[in-house]
Amino acid sequence: MNHKSKEKLLEAFASIKTEAEKRFEKIKGDSNQNIFIGMATCGLASGAIEVKRAFEEALAEQKINAHMISVGCFGHCYAEPLVIIDKPGFPPILYHNVTPGKANLLVKAFLRDDDPVFEHVLGAMEENELIPTVMEFPRFSQEKRVVMAKCGLIDPEDIYQYIAQGGYSALAKALAVDPEQVIFEVLESGLRGRGGAGFLTGKKWQFVQDAEEKGKVVICNADEGDPGAYMDRAILESNPHQVIEGVAICAYAVGAKRAIVYVRAEYPLAVKIVQKAIEQARELRLLGKGILGTDFDLDIRVFQGSGAFVCGEETALIQSIQGQRGMPQPRPPYPAQTGLWGKPTVINNVKTLASVPPIVEKGGKWLKEIGTKKSPGTAIFSVVGDTVHAGLVEIPMGVTLRSLVFDICGGVPNQKKFKAVQIGGPSGGCLPEQFLDTPIDFDSLTEAGAMMGSGGMVVMDENTCMIDVARYFLDFTQHESCGKCTFCRIGTKHLLDTLERITKGEGRDGDIELLEGLSIDIKEGSLCGLGKTAPNPVLTTIEYFRDEYEAHIQEKRCPAMMCRALTAYYIDLDKCARGCDACVGSCPTESIFTTRDRKKAIDQTLCVKCGECMTACPSEYDAVRKVSPPELAPKIERPEEG
Amino acid sequence: MNLSAETEEKVMFDDIASMLRTFEEKRENLMPILQEIQEKYRYLAPPALEMVAKRLGLSSCDVYGVATFYNQFRFNPPGKHQIKVCLGTACHVRGGDIILENFERKLEIQAGQTTPDREFSIDRVACVGCCALAPVAIVDDTVYGHMAPSKVEGVILGFEIEKERKEREKQDSESQE
Ligand SMILES: Cc1cc2nc3c(=O)[nH]c(=O)nc-3n(C[C@H](O)[C@H](O)[C@H](O)COP(=O)(O)O)c2cc1C
Ligand code: FES
Repeated sequence: MNHKSKEKLLEAFASIKTEAEKRFEKIKGDSNQNIFIGMATCGLASGAIEVKRAFEEALAEQKINAHMISVGCFGHCYAEPLVIIDKPGFPPILYHNVTPGKANLLVKAFLRDDDPVFEHVLGAMEENELIPTVMEFPRFSQEKRVVMAKCGLIDPEDIYQYIAQGGYSALAKALAVDPEQVIFEVLESGLRGRGGAGFLTGKKWQFVQDAEEKGKVVICNADEGDPGAYMDRAILESNPHQVIEGVAICAYAVGAKRAIVYVRAEYPLAVKIVQKAIEQARELRLLGKGILGTDFDLDIRVFQGSGAFVCGEETALIQSIQGQRGMPQPRPPYPAQTGLWGKPTVINNVKTLASVPPIVEKGGKWLKEIGTKKSPGTAIFSVVGDTVHAGLVEIPMGVTLRSLVFDICGGVPNQKKFKAVQIGGPSGGCLPEQFLDTPIDFDSLTEAGAMMGSGGMVVMDENTCMIDVARYFLDFTQHESCGKCTFCRIGTKHLLDTLERITKGEGRDGDIELLEGLSIDIKEGSLCGLGKTAPNPVLTTIEYFRDEYEAHIQEKRCPAMMCRALTAYYIDLDKCARGCDACVGSCPTESIFTTRDRKKAIDQTLCVKCGECMTACPSEYDAVRKVSPPELAPKIERPEEG
Repeated sequence: MNLSAETEEKVMFDDIASMLRTFEEKRENLMPILQEIQEKYRYLAPPALEMVAKRLGLSSCDVYGVATFYNQFRFNPPGKHQIKVCLGTACHVRGGDIILENFERKLEIQAGQTTPDREFSIDRVACVGCCALAPVAIVDDTVYGHMAPSKVEGVILGFEIEKERKEREKQDSESQE
């Protein structure tokens, strides 16, 4: 690019940026009081709409001038609905678990009377002398946000907010240099694909750039099939422009004029927000023809995936865009050579592409300072299950599992014991306590038998049965196997049947060996990653929790008391209070009856073992017991009617 | 009653026919077309699949093969109220299957089915993105977090009361006329 057109480009961007800043100031309004409220999926599910309405009503009633700004997911799902109030004279303050009642109180006490209501404050967002900051909590201070830096802080449906906070300047910067230099920075950063396998992103781009053929395509993989991960969705719903900017930079670097964002149709909000974001970017000529006055064109559209886990696999994904069944194809040829419509294609995960703008902005070396030598940058996990501070966590690579689970996410609730953590979804594995000091990076996790995979992480306490977890994942992969490879199609079915037998107490000697042998065969006999990794949950649970398998098979006992065929509930008659019937109404099958001396007992033939009676029993009696094997429950006959 | 269902179907097929004309005869349009039909009518009726096949110059078994491959598509009309129970990992370990069972027992249908009066249908879904609230169920567009078996009855009862109220209102207004 010559000097003159470079100047023109930077000028074009500077004027957009000035406009954005002007608008952002105006949004903040003359009052300068802002209420940010998280309105992504988790926020909405926790009642953010009602909270927002309560704020609006209270503001109107008090005649207070303040702006409500809807933002995306902040990652702290355990504390939703989250609200940040930014009022002059105070630091921005974060409030958690806000209810309509609290909203009303905050308007009156804080916005009207200057009392920040300390008991509801989670922390201040900036250093100050008045209120402790959120940085005093490890859940905040030990995170390092690169991809999610702006999530939850800007309105995803307003491109100007993204630009005002530095967005799209990386695209302008990239367009001002040669494509080779962009690829050089990405290579230099050592960025590895966040879609699971961890392939070097710069290298992938280089292959496609080197390809002679025209009609190259960039695909953003937002299929996110792992049934326990939702960070890609959260990123798209909270800051779609960072992803789009990454796509545009990638397209420029490899020489593509077309790009597709492949989002699953089950994510209607994400689809809507991304579509809107693309339109807005096109209006500002950040996409479309002659981007920022250069001769770079990019047409980008959304394709809705129809919900098949295997379509996250790159060759299957391409098949499905072409209107076929989503069946993986043998590689090579890789998509980089022959991809969509036979053209050279880059496929990258949402997080990979969202990491690109900061790399271009700050240089490849900068990313290397974060994380480990072989896995630079950050990792995003959706930490869920038996954990105190569930939600999305972005940490530098190399943090140990222990500090993620215990320091950052607050450990296991209800004084229960930690048992295992399942990482990587259906392709991953269960790691027990002795692996807690494993650093989180691509290679260490694979070595331990799990996998970075999608970034789904489920913390499990002592009441989770490992065989049931393995059965759960096999049930999933069995359903989702496309059926192409015999071992994957039929092998996983046999694994599932055997695991089901074991959880029902019908396990036999030799079952463990059968599972192991079959697992190895499936790994070897499958074409794509689905089959190759499907046995991982089985293999890791056998390796680390063999005694649990043995208890199921030999003693017909579920040590975690989770497998319903192997457990029973009963009511301890010594503890049950005469005349109390708290449990009766809670039972969905009317299996609780009154004994002769007016206490309660459970009819085992009707009981479905949902555990509701245990929750319903008043804590001062605490009379409901759970046992395994079920024969341990005392037999109590229902008295004759009349 | 039957007549109206028939005319309803006819309107649907006419509408699909005119929608199909807006698409080019290209295989890559197959999924977007199926998605649009499902979005509008909430299911893919067998004659609709035939129409799609004809429009795109494909065999109907080809279209059927693609449509059945993907979880998103359904081939029977869903109930007026769609109940989706999350069986994603987080919801599973928190007892999502027990929630599902309770809905099934209460409505006397299985997941994937619709009640005979077409009021309710039950589906299993995987992770709806609010694992922190597990177990989760979605009824129509409302997300119910921290579900418990005992809440199932309340949810269904709520809809039944609503329905009765509407019917009573209708009767009242009719008797006034
Ligand atoms: C069964 C299976 C499912 C996959 N699902 C996803 C997915 O949901 N999202 C994703 O980005 N990659 C998924 N992948 C990995 C992709 O094939 C591909 O490696 C990835 O999109 C490349 O992007 P990256 O280089 O940015 O990691 C899956 C792979 C397999 C084998
Ligand atoms: S697993 Fe149910 S919401 Fe994520």
